Formats: sequence, C-alpha cells, structure tokens
Amino acid sequence: MSLTHDDVHRIARLARLELDEQEAAASQEKLNGIFGLIERMQAVDTTGVEPLYHPHAVAQRLREDRVSETDRRDAYQAVAPQAEDGLYLVPKVIE
Amino acid sequence: MLELSLKQLAAGLSAKQFSSVELTQVFLDRIAALNPQLNAFITVDRDGALAQAAAADAARAAGPVGPLAGIPIAHKDIFCTEGVLTTCGSKILSNFVSPYDATVVARLKAAGTVMLGKTNCDEFAMGSTNEHSAYGAVKNPWDVSRVPGGSSGGSAAGVAARLAPAITGTDTGGSIRQPASLCGVTGLKPTYGAVSRWGMVAYASSLDQGGPFAKSAEDCAILLNAFAGFDEKDSTSAERETEDYTRLLEKAPADPAKPLAGVRLGVPKEYFGEGLAADVREAIEAAIREMEKLGAVRVEVSLPKTELAIPAYYVIAPAEASSNLSRFDGVRYGHRAAEYRDLMDMYCKSRAEGFGREVQRRIMVGTYVLSHGYYDAYYLQALKLRRLIAEDFKAALSQCDVLLGPASPTTAWPIGQMADDPVQMYLADIYTVAINLAGLPAMSIPCGFGAGGLPVGLQMIGNYFDEARMLEIAHRFQLATDFHTKAPAL
Amino acid sequence: MSRADWEVVIGLETHVQLSTQSKIFSGSSTAFGAEPNRQASAIDIALPGVLPVLNRGAVERAIRFGLAIGAKIAPTSIFARKNYFYPDLPKGYQISQYELPVIQGGTITVQVGEGDKAYEKVIELTRAHLEEDAGKSLHEDFHGMSGIDLNRAGTPLLEIVTEPVMRSSDEAVAYARALHSLVRWIDISDGNMQEGSFRCDANVSVRKKGTEKLGTRREVKNLNSFRFLKEAIEAEIAYQIETLEDGGTIQQATVLFDPDAGETRAMRSKEDAQDYRYFPDPDLLPLVISDEWIARVKGELPELPATLQERFRSEYQLSAYDAATLTASREMAQYYVDTVAIVGAALAKPAANWVMGELAARLNKEGRDITDAPVKPAQLAGMLARIADSTISNSAAKKVFDALWNGEATSADEAIEKQGLKQVTDLSAIEPIIDEVLAANQRSVEEFRAGKEKAFNALVGQVMKASKGRASPAQVNELLKKKLGA
Repeated sequence: MSLTHDDVHRIARLARLELDEQEAAASQEKLNGIFGLIERMQAVDTTGVEPLYHPHAVAQRLREDRVSETDRRDAYQAVAPQAEDGLYLVPKVIE
Repeated sequence: MLELSLKQLAAGLSAKQFSSVELTQVFLDRIAALNPQLNAFITVDRDGALAQAAAADAARAAGPVGPLAGIPIAHKDIFCTEGVLTTCGSKILSNFVSPYDATVVARLKAAGTVMLGKTNCDEFAMGSTNEHSAYGAVKNPWDVSRVPGGSSGGSAAGVAARLAPAITGTDTGGSIRQPASLCGVTGLKPTYGAVSRWGMVAYASSLDQGGPFAKSAEDCAILLNAFAGFDEKDSTSAERETEDYTRLLEKAPADPAKPLAGVRLGVPKEYFGEGLAADVREAIEAAIREMEKLGAVRVEVSLPKTELAIPAYYVIAPAEASSNLSRFDGVRYGHRAAEYRDLMDMYCKSRAEGFGREVQRRIMVGTYVLSHGYYDAYYLQALKLRRLIAEDFKAALSQCDVLLGPASPTTAWPIGQMADDPVQMYLADIYTVAINLAGLPAMSIPCGFGAGGLPVGLQMIGNYFDEARMLEIAHRFQLATDFHTKAPAL
Repeated sequence: MSRADWEVVIGLETHVQLSTQSKIFSGSSTAFGAEPNRQASAIDIALPGVLPVLNRGAVERAIRFGLAIGAKIAPTSIFARKNYFYPDLPKGYQISQYELPVIQGGTITVQVGEGDKAYEKVIELTRAHLEEDAGKSLHEDFHGMSGIDLNRAGTPLLEIVTEPVMRSSDEAVAYARALHSLVRWIDISDGNMQEGSFRCDANVSVRKKGTEKLGTRREVKNLNSFRFLKEAIEAEIAYQIETLEDGGTIQQATVLFDPDAGETRAMRSKEDAQDYRYFPDPDLLPLVISDEWIARVKGELPELPATLQERFRSEYQLSAYDAATLTASREMAQYYVDTVAIVGAALAKPAANWVMGELAARLNKEGRDITDAPVKPAQLAGMLARIADSTISNSAAKKVFDALWNGEATSADEAIEKQGLKQVTDLSAIEPIIDEVLAANQRSVEEFRAGKEKAFNALVGQVMKASKGRASPAQVNELLKKKLGA
C-alpha cells in the first residue's frame, strides 16, 4: 500500500503539524519509503498470536489515595508561553 | 585524571590527591577546549558544577561519603534537571528549564555526583546518528567527520573524548549500545523496568530505558548501583530488592587462567548474515575467540524473527511517540509560534516549527498506524510480532548465559551519509531494536578496531534482570583485554 | 403523523466524579474551588517526563459500584489513551478505558412515574470505566484569549454507560435519579451537580413505531441537572421528529443544550470527524483486581437500596413507590429503619407516612438535611407509639411534632404532658361534652335523623373541637351513634 497526498494531509492535521504543499510531497515520498519497510511484517501469519503490549505483563501497582502534592504553580508557570492570573492563555476556545 | 576509573577517582578523592573542585575543573576545561569541535554538550553548567564540587568536598571533610561523591558526570539532555535547561535536542524545548529532577538525576545527585552539564542527542532520542538534533550534529571523537551514533551520541562521544568519566543515556532501540559501539566506550541498557523513567522525557514508553556510559563494565556497575532500582513514581518500574551490580566482579575465579569457565556464549547466526561489514565481523569473531580462550563455551543459536524487528519497532515506537509528543502543544511550556490565526493554527505552527523532520516523520507514521482502519493491520500486527520476537530470545537464552553479536553493522559512517534517508538509517538498527521489543538487558563493550582505526563494539544480551552476570562477563573480558582503555587522539 | 407514531430511544452516559482525596493518577488534591492551577501538579499539567500512578481509592470505588449493580468486575482491565488536542487536555490524550473496562454489565431497577401510572423498569448497563477528567477552559475574555485552569484535570471519573433502553425522558430522569442516589448511597461520589460531580450525556434517537432499526442518534452533552436532562431530551425529540416528518434526515452530531432557548445546537469543536487513535497506555500495566479484594469490598458495602426496598415491601407491606421514596437516600432510609426499629414493624406504615409526609415537608421547607432533622428517630417513634395506643389523636400528634421540632419538648410524652394533649378516653369526661354539643346543635341532630350523613361528621367535629382535640375520634363516633340511636 502507499499513502496518498490526502492521507498525508489528513495525518498532518490529526497530528497538528502544519504542512505546505512542497513539504507534503517530500513527506509523502519519505513516508512511503518507511511504509515499504514496515509492510514486510504483513508477510507473517500471526493468527492465534497474542499481542505483547509490554515486556513485563505484570499487574499494575496502585498508589494509596493520599494528597502528596503541594502548590507549585509559580514554578510551573515560569516556563509557560503565556499565563495570567494563574491561568494558561490560549487562542479563543470554541465549544 | 582523565583515564582514571570511578574507583580510582574515588580513591584519589579520598586520599586527597585531588579535590572534587580540582577534578571538576579539569573536566570543565577539557569540555571548554573540545566541545566546540565535538558538540557533545548542549549545556555546560560551570557554576553549578563547581558549587556541587565544593559541596562534595565539604561533605567529604565532614564524614564518610559514598563511592560516587565528588565525581563529575553529565546527563543526556533527555533527563529533566531542575533549574537547568532540558531541551531533548529539540527546538520545541529550547527555553525549557525543568522545574523538577528525573529520578536518575535525583539519585545521582543524592550520591554526591557533580553535574557538568547536559549532552547532545537526536531530537527526543529519535535517530541513530545524532544528526537529528536542533543543536547540531555531534562529531565522533575518533574521526570528527563521522557520526558518533545515536541517539545518545553526545553521551558516547563525551565519554570517548574523556569530557566526563561517566554520562547517562537512554536506549529505546539501541540509543546506548550503538553509539557506545561507534565511539568505543562501554554502555549498558538495563532490563525494562530496572531504571525509573520518571523525568526521562518519553520517546516510546514501553521501550525506553535509561543506562550508563563509562569507560568500563565495572564503572557501569557502580553507576547502576546509584540510579537503578524501584521507583514508586513509575508504574512500570520493577518492584525488586535493591541489588549490588558489582557483586560478581570481585569474586576470584576458580581457575585464574579461565575466568570465564562455564560461561555459555550464544551466537545467533542471524546477527552475522549479509549486511554485516567484514571488519566488524572480524573484530566480533576475535572477541568471541578471546572469550573462549578465557574458558567460555560457544553455542550456536538462532533468532529467526530478527528481520521482523525493524518493521515491528518502526510501528510500535512511532505509535507511542506520536501520542507522547502530543503534550508539546505550545500551551504550558516550550515553543509557541509567534503568529497564528486561531487555536488550530497555533498548534500546527508551533509543532511544525518546534519539531525537526525526523520527529515529524515518526509522529506521522505513528498517527497513521493508530488511526481508524489501520490499527489492526499495523499496530496490532507489530505487537504480535513483538511476542514472537520475545519468544525467540527466550528460546535462545535457554541455551546460553548471554548472546553475543555486533551492536551496529558497520563502524561509524560519515556525517551526512544517512542524514535524510530514514529507511537506510532504520536498517542500521537491525541488531539493537529487537532487544528493546523484548525488554532484555544488553550492553556494548569495545572489542577492537575496524578499517581506519574506528572502534567496534561487542553487543552482549543477557536474561531479564541478569545485568550482574552480564557485567561480570564483560568485566572479565576487560581485565584480559585493553580495547576499552583506548582513547582517541584529540 | 404525530408524536405517538414515533418511538424514542435513549441511552445515557454519566460521568460521576469519584470522592477520592487525590487525583486518579497524581497526588494532587481534588478539593473543589481552589484558585486556578493551584491543584495542578507536574503530572496534571503534563510536564515532559512525568508518569501516571493509579489511585487505589478510585479503583475501589469502581468495585463498589460494580458490586452494587450486580455487574462483572473485570479481573483484568486496561487503560488506554484517547488522543485528541484540546487546551484543557494537557497530555494531548485522555487516559481512559476502552476495550476492556473495569465494570461490565449490571442493572439498575427504577420506579417511573407516580400513583396508578407508576411502573418499574430494569435499566441494563453496558459498562462503567475509570478515566481522568479534563481541565476547564474559561471563556471570559483575556485580551481575546481563553484561560485554562487545570485544577480539575486528572480528577477521577467513573463513566457509566447504559444500553439504549429508555423510551422517554421520564425513564431517563428516573434512571438518572436512581443512579445519583446509588452513587451517594455507596459513598463513591458526593453527587454534587452544581460542581459537576454528576454530568449526563444523552444519546437520543427516534424511529417509527414497529421498526427495528435504530435511528441516527445525536448526543446531548453535559447535562448537569435533572430538569435540564428532561428538557434537553424533550427538545431533541421534538427536533428529530419534526425534521423527519418534514422529510429531512438526522445527522449524527454532538450537541449542547441551551436551557434559555430550550434548544440544542451542534458543537463546533466536534465538527471534525474524530479519530481518537485509542491504544493501550504503555505507561500503565494491566489493572488486576483479585477476588480477595472484591470480597473485602463486598463485606464493607452497606445494604443496598434495592435490597432495602424489597425488605420494606415484604416485611412492612409498603408500596413500591413508598419503598423507592424512602430509599432515595441512605440517610433517609437509615432514619426510617431506625424509627421502625423502635416502634416495631406493626407501625411501619404510619412511620413511612410521617417520614415521607410531615418530616420530608418540613426538611424541604427549611432546606435541611435529614441527618440534622431536629426530630430524631427515637422522638418520632415515641410519638407514633402514642398515636397507636390512642394517647393522642393524629391532629394532636401534629402539635407534638411541632413541639419536638421547635425544641419545646425533648420527647413526645413531655410534649403531650406540657400541652395537655392527652386524649380523653374516660367516658365520664366525654359524655357531658357530647350532651352539650347535641343540645347546642339540634339542627344537625335533626338533619342527621333525616338521613343526612354529613351532619354526623359535623357533630363529631364539634365534639373534637369542644374537647380541644383530646377526645378520641373513634370513641366519639361510637358514643355519638349510641346517643343518636343510630
């Protein structure tokens, strides 16, 4: 299979990456090269094989329900692109 | 001082042959002299390092201290360091001063180490050449026209050039072992879950592991003692007893002439096939023969799914990465585009400006393989192959103590050769990615030199949580050989 | 065609905020009302390198819920990432459960309607899963920008999903009320709707009666009161039927309800076809719940409303409606159970009437909670006993209740004594009163003899009045009849 021009734009939008036409064409070619490599795994019959999500399939450890964090807003917002009155500011959000 | 082992440095500090401030100054001076050429460091924290060194000296004067007190180290710039710039090799974090420390950083700090600075790496640890850093390519100290490997290229080059006695790195698909191999240093990727991932900026969460770069296996063991072990802040951290990774190193062998007696070395035939450069093959075979001379027994084994590891890895790692990197959205930290029309535009521009090409490619691949209609064919299929690959290792490791092979098919290649050819770069990861898919520990130790005097690394793959055994074998090999003591002329 | 030709199909998804101290994946406080971002830790704001660790308290609450609705509690469940970009979602994904939720199946039985039209309905649940809440976007104007507060980000939610089995807004509201009562009953949520601890999304579709195929549904998001839930569903039904009857088609959409306009409108942020790219979160291993854990939680679970309702109906002969009303909250049921424990099962019905009647009315009027009702179960029980043994009449009981409520007496007996409300059962005391009344109301007497039953009641009333409510109505009845030779 190979990715179409539209696929590339669709993925870029899903991933929130701006892509002009020239970049899209270059990306399409590179991505198709990568998918050429990836396609090799389709040759393997994996019927009946359980997917392995994680090297150690053990049970998740749980944390006790206890408040352990203190307020560090000022330190965290020191690196924020735009913050005011303790809020992070972003272009208008539309519901 | 540049060539001393961690033990020797500790002894020197303890015998007052030199102070931590003096030692730190030596390395700071060397970084100042060589880094402009090598570009191994993104950030050098001169003032912080000297202050920590002075504090370490004061602590030593006040009472007993640990084996790493006062010893200068550095961190791959993928570990968060409180109050110090943490870029991950990316423009998107060009202004990110972390408000907290990674567990690895905090533990090494608590051990009294001195942090010289942060080492260069491929952006978000994605790359095998260190050319994919927003802060420029790192040069291989053995030949500055060549790559140091990646993604922890700055860490490997830094230890090779003796800019620090030890530097941390991370390994998602070979990012410790391959640059260690290409730069002629010792690097270890622990078992998945052995080292906390808290504060280690994620590339692919089910594959990432932090580990040490140093001049020897013994130094790596000492470093692991300081930063490996259970951490309640990481849900994937293994809940195990604290272990002493040096415990098997001191033991005197029954027969001094055969220190590796009884050790079974598994040699997977797939790691010696087409594509392996002759000079690398030669060095690896020689190293295996050396180990046999030391008493080890060679066992031929097979890892039949080796070829599938690259496609499986290049589905799983980008899938996880595409999601891990969504937090870089220009809202709470990091780069935000200067101009934008609306929220959507702010996201798209900030991310396109902030991420380099290779990172954007992997985000796109990952987004695609997880998207509606493709999940089963790609992501799920890759996870099934991942199980088959892990079972391969299980079968092979049932016949031997460690597996041996190359970490990279070639020695270091010229900068620019693969810079914009992702497929070629991915194929070079053939001997390393499978180990991350399985979650096994592995290391690369210097084992000779290929054409042009470029270093070759021997990869050793151990069983789960069997690092101590692997380190013992590596240590005994290093006691019998001197490849690991060779340093590039700079 | 008319409304009657259409069948309405409703499924509800309810987000219940769990009453843990700390967040689901971080140690931040979940307390409501802090200054913006002061309860947003490194994990909540998704700094690079941070990792989630699951809160045991959140899982335990999910188990309580699963046990309460008779669901399967998955021995292994998986947390997945739901990927989408939104400023109040710091990681760019929400940690939720997708393919393998912690709670699977289960039912809640609800009483729909009142009186003769009341009926019982079993609502089947599909699943309930654990997930984290998002932060809040504040739309007040900050130089043309929005402000983001992440205090709520990472608050634990249980998303409870029903099958599309409800057929009217009344059924949907009855279910939502029963669920609201249940989650508070088993103490997994404070259920505070103003603060957003209990929010419903309604999936609504309509189809022609007699057809099988489900119509295209539209999802009305974020309904945080029962009234809005009802109004929104009604508005949506009206819209869909009207659209279809006008020959239009329904487009699948996510909509918001505007209570002022009484209309629903599509959400612009959801216009894009969503592709959430769910996959198992590699930062979290499988959630494993042992049988031992389930058994322990089961042992700690209070008696459930359904069990109590059954007991009230079988042991106390209460109606289904009364039983449901008395179990609207655990506190009310406890009050009732405590009262009956003192007065005995024989007086269970009058006890129910008083709790649902006078007591509930007073509490409602004064906006008080039953836990701080001035009249305690023991006091109410004391009063009920005095009605039962004819010491006081029902009308005198109201006065006793008043006295207890206002603190003028600490027991029914004290109130009766103080106010002289004791019923007069002594014949020698009542006979003269009756004679006086008969003498003074000759006309009524004649009317009664002429066959007017009403006149008799008037006479009883006069006797009761003259006795200052202390005579026993039954006794007065009997005596009067005798005297009138009836």
